[in-house]
Amino acid sequence: MPVIRFWRDRKVRDVLWQALATVGLVVVVVFFVRNASDNMVKAGIASGFQFLWRDSGIEVPFNITGYKPSDTILALLWTGIVNTILVSAAAVVVATVIGFTVGLMRLSHNWLLSTLAAVYIEFVRNIPLLFFVLFWYFGVLSALPTPKESYDFLGVAFLNRRGLWIPLPNEVTGFQFALLAIVALIVAQIGLARWAKARQARTGQDFPTWMVGFVLCGLLPIAALAVAGAATSWDVPTLRGFNYRGGFVLVPEFVALFMALSTYTAGFIAEVVRGGIQSVRQGQIDAARALGLTPGRVVRLVVIPQAMPVIIPPITSQYLNLIKNSSLGAAIAYPEIVAVFMGSALVATGQAIEIIAITLGIYLTIGLAVSAFMNWYNARHRLVTR
Amino acid sequence: MKAARPPLPGWLATLRQRLFATPVDVAVSFLCVYVVWRISLPLVDWLLVEANWRGTSREDCTSAGACWVFIRARFAQFMYGQYPVPERWRVDLLGALAVCAAAALSWRRLPRRREAAIAALVILPPLGIWLLSGGLGLGIVETREWGGLTLTLFLAIYAGLIAIPLGILLALGRRSRLPMIRFASIVFIEFWRGVPIITVIFLASLLLPLIMPTGFNVDRLARAVIGLAFVIAAYMAEAVRGGLQALPDGQVEAAQALGLGYWRITRLIVLPQALRIALPAMTNEFIALFKNTTLVLIVSIFDLLGIAQAALADPAWVGMNMEAYVFAGAIYWFACFGLSQWSRLQEKRLQAAYGR
Repeated sequence: MPVIRFWRDRKVRDVLWQALATVGLVVVVVFFVRNASDNMVKAGIASGFQFLWRDSGIEVPFNITGYKPSDTILALLWTGIVNTILVSAAAVVVATVIGFTVGLMRLSHNWLLSTLAAVYIEFVRNIPLLFFVLFWYFGVLSALPTPKESYDFLGVAFLNRRGLWIPLPNEVTGFQFALLAIVALIVAQIGLARWAKARQARTGQDFPTWMVGFVLCGLLPIAALAVAGAATSWDVPTLRGFNYRGGFVLVPEFVALFMALSTYTAGFIAEVVRGGIQSVRQGQIDAARALGLTPGRVVRLVVIPQAMPVIIPPITSQYLNLIKNSSLGAAIAYPEIVAVFMGSALVATGQAIEIIAITLGIYLTIGLAVSAFMNWYNARHRLVTR
Repeated sequence: MKAARPPLPGWLATLRQRLFATPVDVAVSFLCVYVVWRISLPLVDWLLVEANWRGTSREDCTSAGACWVFIRARFAQFMYGQYPVPERWRVDLLGALAVCAAAALSWRRLPRRREAAIAALVILPPLGIWLLSGGLGLGIVETREWGGLTLTLFLAIYAGLIAIPLGILLALGRRSRLPMIRFASIVFIEFWRGVPIITVIFLASLLLPLIMPTGFNVDRLARAVIGLAFVIAAYMAEAVRGGLQALPDGQVEAAQALGLGYWRITRLIVLPQALRIALPAMTNEFIALFKNTTLVLIVSIFDLLGIAQAALADPAWVGMNMEAYVFAGAIYWFACFGLSQWSRLQEKRLQAAYGR
């Protein structure tokens, strides 16, 4: 019976199902778009992206881009992006440090230490991030003293309820030289490591690459920065009247968001680190010990190289989460993308669709860039090991 | 040769091995004890010893510790928000019904458990909306009056009820043979996973009224539920996909050899096994959803955290920030920790069942 055969045919059914799905999607989208354009015409909302070049008139209390309210909305968006990057970058670094420390503590054979780490992890992971953001902002920072009774850090940095005041260098020439020196040191270290590896392959002679690296890339850069810092004149914040003047102020919004993001994400990174290290099989460690490697070398040559590929992909997605979570700054009016653009600029212009599209586009671009990096890393790693 | 030391009694040996194995260990252990001491002593002092428990107003908080009087005075607000007092029995009734249903269904030897579960899933959600919002003989309570823990649970459960089936469909779609359906699922999943949830809640509250026909009003709370549900569905889909991938191909092939079609294979063979494997991951996504319900604060919907936040503005209770946060935080912590322990239990059962 040809009729039954026709619609029982798998290929025909595949095409039919897909056509049905496509038509369904298109109908839904067209329906929504038509409603939206109708509603916008009725409400008298303009469309298009010309608003980006209009003057914003929006005050941003915290910016390092030199933005003024007389600048365009595009400049406002850029300020938001920079503020997002600023708080995310700072929090990523600190979250990584705390996360690795706590993750390693969790693996300690010392029961007290590992329990302390477990308590920290279970504490931060089971409470909403917004809670921590509000807690730091309204609970901790608003309870800080007034500028007159600030916490004083060695007379150069001051913490009070209006923020954290830090000194700012008056000129940057010294630091430019220091940066050049550091780049040169890193290049030297890379060259040295290559030479040492080649020599070891050729002659079997060992070279203390790690120790030298510690000096070249750890101690000397610090020394260079210290010299540059000593040679530069600093703009140290000082108390004038009721507030501090000079230097640079990290507003309480920044401090609260930074503290919340870094401590919260650290709990997740700690679990990633623990999982990664535990994924290295005990046999590998036993074998390395049997070959007579010292404990330090077992960790450096056997555990870390095998744990890192397991750790890096999930840690990258934690970084991505952190960047996305920095949008919680909107809840305490930290001027990041969502607060200044989806909040202030949207209220000022009313162009919801364009603004939402741009905002989502920015986050999606960041996400795509990070996952592209992850794919590149995974591909590269596979080539190296197999 | 030195004589072996006499063996220590069991617990002492354990203590020695786990706390005092080397000099470094001893130092670390003492440091830990010191840290715990320094942190927990003032904490316990503030939370319990020096705390004020009795009274009705701020003046009753005389000692230095926490002022739990504040929580007592505003307890009903934390639970129900601005829900009208004479109608609060409806929330209680719904809660009682839900707890009874859950308890009955978790009893493994309940007769006709499957049918009962389906009946509960069909009856309870609409019943809940009716009880909470009113109509049909009950007084109407606007969603803007809902709040507190009631609202938090409402958001989590109703967003979950949408997100779980949607997530399963998306996961199936992502593994579909048909390129069009696969593509649409991937775009949907990756889009919602790629953007911050706060922007999705913004988006839902701004765009949903815009894309609906004129005169068709989407409730403010419904917008938040839909926004949350879409994001969580995308994450849920990835959890389910893990379960689908863990299923050996032979299962589907054997079912195909028996002549079953796609939907029957999916319903009878694939999903029962895949969902069981995916259950711990799905529970973790639900925990994430529960935590993310707090983000509705951004569109001025007052869930538990929002009520705590709003309570800080009460002039009669100035400076109760810590008490409000500790109370709300403790509820979140116990809920999430309980769920995660349950998820771990499921994982263990699973490992026992599959012998892995």
